[in-house]
Amino acid sequence: MTMRTFRIWRGDATGGEFKTYKQETGEGMVVLDVIHRIQAEQANDMAVRWNCKAGKCGSCSMEINGKPKLACMTRMNLYHPDETITCQPVKTFPIQKDLASDVSWNYEQNKKIQPFTPKPRDPDGKYRMSQADVDRVQEFRKCIECFLCQDVCHVLRDHERHDAFVGPRFLIRLASLDMHPLDTADRIPKIKEEYGSGFCNITRCCTEVCPEHIGITDNGIIPLKERVVDRFYDPIMMLKRKLFGGC
Amino acid sequence: MSPSTLTGGHKAGLAQTLRADSWWTGPALTATILLGFITYSTWAAFQANHYWVDGGAEGFGGYLSPFYSPVLLVDTQAEGSVPAHHSWFGEKPDWWPSSLPFSPAFLILAFPGAFRFTCYYYRKAYYRTFTGTPPGCSVGAVPQKKYKGETSFLIFQNLHRYALYFAIAFIFILSWDAFQSYFRGGKIGIGVGSVVLTLNVVFLSCYTFGCHSYRHLIGGKMNRFSGCAIVQTRHRAWQGCSWLNTRHMLFAWVSLFGVALTDVYVRLVSMNVIKDFNTWN
Repeated sequence: MTMRTFRIWRGDATGGEFKTYKQETGEGMVVLDVIHRIQAEQANDMAVRWNCKAGKCGSCSMEINGKPKLACMTRMNLYHPDETITCQPVKTFPIQKDLASDVSWNYEQNKKIQPFTPKPRDPDGKYRMSQADVDRVQEFRKCIECFLCQDVCHVLRDHERHDAFVGPRFLIRLASLDMHPLDTADRIPKIKEEYGSGFCNITRCCTEVCPEHIGITDNGIIPLKERVVDRFYDPIMMLKRKLFGGC
Repeated sequence: MSPSTLTGGHKAGLAQTLRADSWWTGPALTATILLGFITYSTWAAFQANHYWVDGGAEGFGGYLSPFYSPVLLVDTQAEGSVPAHHSWFGEKPDWWPSSLPFSPAFLILAFPGAFRFTCYYYRKAYYRTFTGTPPGCSVGAVPQKKYKGETSFLIFQNLHRYALYFAIAFIFILSWDAFQSYFRGGKIGIGVGSVVLTLNVVFLSCYTFGCHSYRHLIGGKMNRFSGCAIVQTRHRAWQGCSWLNTRHMLFAWVSLFGVALTDVYVRLVSMNVIKDFNTWN
């Protein structure tokens, strides 16, 4: 057992401050374990959201030493024994209390997206698609909605363009729908205008923080931006559509 | 609470962060390398000389610096310049204003420059380094009244694919230069310069054919990868391009160093500072 120093932000939307806690830690512990022990032994009223402790529910998102992370997947041995570990709520969304934030804005964005709209079934009543067709979109289905990508995205985090940009999480959802071999809906105009694909400037922080290692930028956002280019910016593609039809 | 601290203990303002690691090393390294490359390439372009090593066979064979290829117009008075018939449109025209410096490099460098400037990887590199949007992940970005991203002034970034088309043409041209470098006076052979020119093309090809726009055009725009032979061929091409695409950053830097070092090599051999080891001499 070693004694570790934690600085945890305590407060609510009206204000607060960092409080320092010393806590005994054991081998194999993650940051969330230590927070739970502090909560149990020193600060019973401390709010922290968590559920699975296995990196699959996306509940325990917070900022640890300034980096957006899942507390349950951040091992204590990543840090030097003398290092003070600072825990804060995510910056991009309103604080509820201590380490818990109100992420409901994300669910509002989700509602704006036209859901999966499959083509009619084959005459035998089945849908058919090959593995090659779905490999690409399966990557996007790994998302656990921890919203770390939304937190780190500077368009939302620093520039607060919540009015114009849905954020990387929902561009990934849009990519999974737009690339789906059975889907028939045309979401490209809204991806450009309403969801704000042009606000992303490809600085890739969303990809760096994703605990599921989804290629958010390279496999999701950039392909969507290229589809927007096909439709709205590429004069050759526009001429081709005029001459031969299609969208 | 100090004025620069937000609710949640977050810091406000440019480059403000609670990150304890050296997040600034990436942007600092990027700035050093990119500014170094821009300085060297500008200097090399203004030199307008010593970009050609004569193979002794009237233009076929020899080494041509990638900063000057293709040679559209040439000033044959300059030392280490290609023979006039090696230039696509002959000699520099007489009407070229004497007050305006001339270099064959000025006529072509905008094309590879545009490809790198609009590249999806380099955008990350220079937005972080030079425009601070943001300088690092969870590091305070340059404050802006109403951030517009690439929807306003930077909307031209959407035409990256047109820069790609020129970049692909340059791959063919530089491949031809590399191929020629294995022949002198009708004899096949090899020199260090031939290897240098070939490696340069290989690195540039790995960078160009791993481009995100190329990946989209070659197959990524399709929603079905199963079907007729053409669709399956495009799927395989997309998979190959995806392999290069995951290494796009690596090849972006390697090819950048490659093209500069190739120019350095050709220049030093042309100036007789170093000797080219080859099988002809």
